[in-house]
Amino acid sequence: MDDLKGIPGTPVFTGAEASEGLALNKMCFSFNAAANREEFLKDEEAYMTSYGLNEKQKAAIRARNVLQLIAAGGNVYYLAKFAGIFGLNVQDIGAQQTGMTIEAFKAHLAAQGV
Amino acid sequence: MARIIGGLTTSHVPSIGGAIARGEQQTPYWKPFFDAFIPVHEWLAKEKPDLAIVIYNDHGLNFFFDRMPTFAVGAAARYDNADEGWGIPVLPSFEGDTELSWHMINGLVHDEFDITMCQEFLVDHAFTLPLKLMYPNAGPTWPIKAIPVTINSVQHPLPSAARCWKLGQAIGRAVESFPKDLKVVVLGTGGLSHQLDGARAGFINKPFDLMCMDKIVNDPVALTRFSNREIIEQAGSQGVELMTWIAMRGALSGRVDTVTSMYHAPISNTGGAVMLLSNEPAPARLAAE
Repeated sequence: MDDLKGIPGTPVFTGAEASEGLALNKMCFSFNAAANREEFLKDEEAYMTSYGLNEKQKAAIRARNVLQLIAAGGNVYYLAKFAGIFGLNVQDIGAQQTGMTIEAFKAHLAAQGV
Repeated sequence: MARIIGGLTTSHVPSIGGAIARGEQQTPYWKPFFDAFIPVHEWLAKEKPDLAIVIYNDHGLNFFFDRMPTFAVGAAARYDNADEGWGIPVLPSFEGDTELSWHMINGLVHDEFDITMCQEFLVDHAFTLPLKLMYPNAGPTWPIKAIPVTINSVQHPLPSAARCWKLGQAIGRAVESFPKDLKVVVLGTGGLSHQLDGARAGFINKPFDLMCMDKIVNDPVALTRFSNREIIEQAGSQGVELMTWIAMRGALSGRVDTVTSMYHAPISNTGGAVMLLSNEPAPARLAAE
């Protein structure tokens, strides 16, 4: 079996993460529906509680912090739906995770295409 | 008999949908990518395929972690797109072909691929955007039928590259034993290198991508020797979408030639790539027919 851990800066979503993140990812999966996105925005705490998020996951959601969300079992495809509520795209979340400004992150992407 | 006349690979990043919605196809950022489809359109106008088998990975629209199939095949009469949460327009529904779906499913299970068979199947951007790129003026109906095949690319353990290659070969055998005259094109969508998560987010590996584009035509078996760890290292954690390309190529069993090929990075966070391959039946097989 492949050992997937230990690639620098590269989380891998295995069974352990899937177990830890089930409630968080289930909540994010619900954001496919516009009505659920609205309900979350109306009362974020109640919405998180209704999906059974643990304290670590709730804190990461409150902080809008992608690395914390991943550490709490979040999967990036599902977290993207959470980010989408706030109009954030994959450059925004890339910049946040790498500690770059949006402009620096975009320049980093462009430099690799040369 | 049904024939696989070609294979198409393309990146499927959601922002392509945004660019189409905003009419940005000819902006400097997007032009190289969208213009790559001009020769594809010419080929489609000439060859007129009847059906597309779209091999892709679901991104949390049809499947959730409650039930995550390694491989799934659609067997629906119609496939609907739906809201994925971040605002790209929902595209019109696609007509399926249940007869070919069940024929493929029978063939795959016979070949020891214990796939999940789905009579309800929401198709996400990775299915819809490549078809929209192929047929930009289509609507409200599409000029081609389509069948989705998904490969789990979200939760490890993922199938190996070698396994995806064999899946493609089994799809090829199944399609080419279908008794009706159908011209089929096989799509593999996703990639190439990209990583959305972690401190290495934004990683693109152009040399690796260019190597893959060469091997996918000339030596696809070389790609099946990569372990999943090696693919993640070289192509980023979402670069595992390369599996869809490998499966597509496995379905092309004839003489394969490049009709068009384009690489442009970045599009969104991704090494953008488009390739159209023609698949001519091998002479020996023609004679046997």
